[in-house]
Amino acid sequence: MAKVTFRTDLCKGCGLCVNACPKGLLAIAADQINAKGYSPAVMTDMEKCIGCAFCATMCPDCIITVEK
Amino acid sequence: MAVVFEKPKSLADVPLHYCPGCPHGIIHRLVAEAIDELGIEGKAIGVAPVGCAVMAYDYFTCDMIEAAHGRAPAIATGIKRCRPENIVFTYQGDGDLASIGMAETVHAAARNENITVIFVNNAIYGMTGGQMAPTSLPGQVTQTSPYGRDVNHCGWPIRVCEMLSTLEGPEFITRVAVNNVKNVNAAKKAIKKAFQNQMEGKGFNLVEVVSACPTNWGMTPQQALQWVESDMLPYYPLGVYKDRTAAKEGK
Ligand SMILES: Cc1ncc(C[n+]2csc(CCOP(=O)(O)OP(=O)(O)O)c2C)c(N)n1
Ligand code: SF4
Repeated sequence: MAKVTFRTDLCKGCGLCVNACPKGLLAIAADQINAKGYSPAVMTDMEKCIGCAFCATMCPDCIITVEK
Repeated sequence: MAVVFEKPKSLADVPLHYCPGCPHGIIHRLVAEAIDELGIEGKAIGVAPVGCAVMAYDYFTCDMIEAAHGRAPAIATGIKRCRPENIVFTYQGDGDLASIGMAETVHAAARNENITVIFVNNAIYGMTGGQMAPTSLPGQVTQTSPYGRDVNHCGWPIRVCEMLSTLEGPEFITRVAVNNVKNVNAAKKAIKKAFQNQMEGKGFNLVEVVSACPTNWGMTPQQALQWVESDMLPYYPLGVYKDRTAAKEGK
């Protein structure tokens, strides 16, 4: 069991986390807009997360916390 | 559950102004992680450049000072010589370090100043809107090379690590990249070593980080990281170019 938390309002929707996730669990939520005006990254299936922190490693804005 | 990844304490809790997907943010974090892990937040003094990272003084929680364009290694020299007990680093782009500031870079390395230089090579002038840099690749289209960099007219891009490693002076010269997880982790190790060497009084350390500028390259962040792999790294090979201590120990 692992948990990934995004500080969504600081996300710029660059998508580098989406490409980094080896399980393909992240997505840019095209139907959402955050306080900065970007469509943010979201977790689509927390159950499958392995807590590798690849997403957080590539996040340029350091908005991801990973727990395991 | 235990936290396996969180924002380092030495990275200030403020939004970064960088463009979406700009690796400056990743590189800031790696520097902050190194400062945290070495426990030097109270002793570190950073020198910010002119370039997109000009506001780095707002992003690190240690003491920071802003240098005139390209002069960071000279400022760092002054600080380190006056306050040898502090850990002094510069954070500079390629326009800053390899163009207007090349003299300061070369001479600080030649003197083996006991400082740490983080050199972000994104092959372009980001802040001013995408002009050709000394590190722009042959054929690279920029605002000032709209038909691609013509080496017969503009000369060849400068490989800073290779050039500096010909000097007797410097202790540690290495090139890393941040285009994927594996390279980011290797970059982290190199940056930490560059600080550790300074703490041990070994001399001049430069870590060139091959970065990207999605905005001025006219690419998506992911395309930019792919271009790093396909075009930048063949011209700027990763590796350790000089490590005096390792050479002495026959490693
Ligand atoms: C003395 C002086 N000359 C020129 C400039 C204009 N200028 C600002 S940033 C910059 C280059 C920035 O490029 P780089 O160092 O590669 O950093 P990046 O923005 O790509 O991170 C230039 C030429 C200046 N601010 N001061
Ligand atoms: S202009 Fe380029 S280097 Fe500057 S913040 Fe944007 S992507 Fe980064």
